[in-house]
Amino acid sequence: MAALDDVVAPKAKRKLTGYWLILPGAVWLLIFFVVPFYSLVASSLFDPKGSPLTGYDMTFHFQNFWDAIDKYKGQIWRSLWYAGVATLLCLVVGYVLAYAIAFKAGRWKNLMLVLVIAPFFTSFLLRTLSWQLILSDDGWVTSLARSTHFIDLLQVVGLVDGDRLLATQFAVIAGLTYNFLPFMVLPLYASLEKVDPRLIEAAGDLYASPMRGFFKVTFPLSLPGVVAGTLLTFIPAAGDYVNATLLGNTNTRMVGNSIQSLFTSQGDYAAAGALSVILMVIIVAAVMLYVRTAGTEDLV
Amino acid sequence: MSQVHEVTPGGPPEASGSRDLKISRLTKEYATFTAVKSLDLVVPQGQFFALLGPSGCGKTTTLRMVAGLETPTSGTIELGDTEITFAKPYKRPVNTVFQNYALFPHLDIAKNVAFGLERRGVKDTKKQVADMLELVELTSQAHKKPTQLSGGQQQRVALARALINKPEVLLLDEPLGALDLKLRRGMQLELKRIQTEVGLTFVHVTHDQEEAMTMADTVAVMNHGVIEQMGAPIELYENPRTTFVANFLGQSNLLAGEIEGREGDQVKVRVQGAVASVPGDRAHSDSGKGWLGIRPEKVLIAEAGQPIDAPGDVIEGGHVTDVSFVGVSTQYSVRMPWGQELMVFEQNTGARAMLPVGTAVDISWRPEFAFLLDASQDAKAGIEED
Repeated sequence: MAALDDVVAPKAKRKLTGYWLILPGAVWLLIFFVVPFYSLVASSLFDPKGSPLTGYDMTFHFQNFWDAIDKYKGQIWRSLWYAGVATLLCLVVGYVLAYAIAFKAGRWKNLMLVLVIAPFFTSFLLRTLSWQLILSDDGWVTSLARSTHFIDLLQVVGLVDGDRLLATQFAVIAGLTYNFLPFMVLPLYASLEKVDPRLIEAAGDLYASPMRGFFKVTFPLSLPGVVAGTLLTFIPAAGDYVNATLLGNTNTRMVGNSIQSLFTSQGDYAAAGALSVILMVIIVAAVMLYVRTAGTEDLV
Repeated sequence: MSQVHEVTPGGPPEASGSRDLKISRLTKEYATFTAVKSLDLVVPQGQFFALLGPSGCGKTTTLRMVAGLETPTSGTIELGDTEITFAKPYKRPVNTVFQNYALFPHLDIAKNVAFGLERRGVKDTKKQVADMLELVELTSQAHKKPTQLSGGQQQRVALARALINKPEVLLLDEPLGALDLKLRRGMQLELKRIQTEVGLTFVHVTHDQEEAMTMADTVAVMNHGVIEQMGAPIELYENPRTTFVANFLGQSNLLAGEIEGREGDQVKVRVQGAVASVPGDRAHSDSGKGWLGIRPEKVLIAEAGQPIDAPGDVIEGGHVTDVSFVGVSTQYSVRMPWGQELMVFEQNTGARAMLPVGTAVDISWRPEFAFLLDASQDAKAGIEED
């Protein structure tokens, strides 16, 4: 029978192979994404009068969304703002680093890549906690910032108030930048590595100074990495609550902090669900707009 | 930034004085070897010049030094009376057609071609780009991306992208290397036509001797970082000065001989008992042992005992060991009494049937076609192993 199948329908069989290969991933997504997502959307429409003890009624209570926006718009804006600034800082720092690794590192290339990934060997939480030490009031970073008046500059732009670095907006953004930097560096490196150095030579041959060659050839060719890196940084940063918890103060709460406390300490599943859905919609819309504008599908 | 004084934007260089490319004692040393050894070279303005040599002979390194992509260890490069040895690549009135074309994949064809003009701040590039695309017959492809074009079309874009800048010297680094044979032949003629049309100095690097001979006014044969011989293609072919040139440019039979000395404008050489005379200007050695060279198509062949139309000595006692028929000619391998195999190419004029393997034959040649080389050189230099 099997032999006959081989003879009669090798093509049909080959077609089926594709579906079989998709199956494990599809099942995984179904169990761990589609079902939880459904449950999340469902809880966002629960009757807000319920509680985890008494149970919730499904009342299609759309008012949850308006209530959540009204109550937490400050945190939502703050999240987008912090994530945006952190992403921009990551892009600047990460681009220089990725460029150096791709073009200047020579035989140190692999070692440098390992160093970029090395922080992942330690827990995210521990690393963020150690930033508390780094930025502590009597630490050398803070005293250096004081003696160089960097702290005054931060105060002028409103990132710190008073003369401390810890428990400020500055600390939260610095933590976010630090924690998500590898997610920026790796895709940037991957696309810079693919840029043919002969193209840069050709640009030089065609009267482009190194600076102009960079902006006309290298940077456009690395755009796929820029897009991937900024997305991988911005999305998790916008939903992060660890940095704001450990490095911030009560005025630096991000939307992640609100969701976490609504869910775990206040037991308000309906509001937590609504806020999660709102964050997700905002991010998906922003990403779609961004990818469209960047127009990366045009790039090779 | 765009005010580069060596460059005359959008126009040919001033006619004042000649703008020959002059390379003096140019040397490039790497940690482990010397790529170019004290090279001297003058390429007259407007010439099609070919640097010919096997891979690793230093020809590409030389080209890259002229382009400014490598820094010479010593020596100078001058364009007319401007020294450009250490000028930055983007400040030289020199453009390159790269071996892999190096077209910018994110720009369309028109933008690729306009790249150089825009970097020099030329405002209206449209007309020039259109003219250039017309010259290379790619007008209809202007808005495609490089990856959408065939190899031959990409090659022409690379050419247009360099030519539009009207460089004083256009460098071509194996520009036809990636094309298939038929396309290559077509592009060779095309390149030659364009060069004649625009009248710029072309320096063409290639390892293909046929390509160099068909296109170039002057060919320099390079080997191990030095120029072995330089001259018009016909001169190099007919009167090679080294065994390398004799073997790399076409094929040669080299017979070991004792040079008896110069007599008038002839040099006598004793080869296998017979004495041959080589014209003085074709003898590159005067005494001691020598290699007597003769091109295979200059060797005449006949069945043993049959008359041969040549004034020189007839060498008897050969027999055919191999025959290959290549259409326009028949190529014989003839084993001589002293054991050497000689190549003999005969036109297929139809005057005589092909001589089968084993036939006893006599050979001869006109002495004025022979050349004489110093025997200290390797007789197999320049023969491509494959």
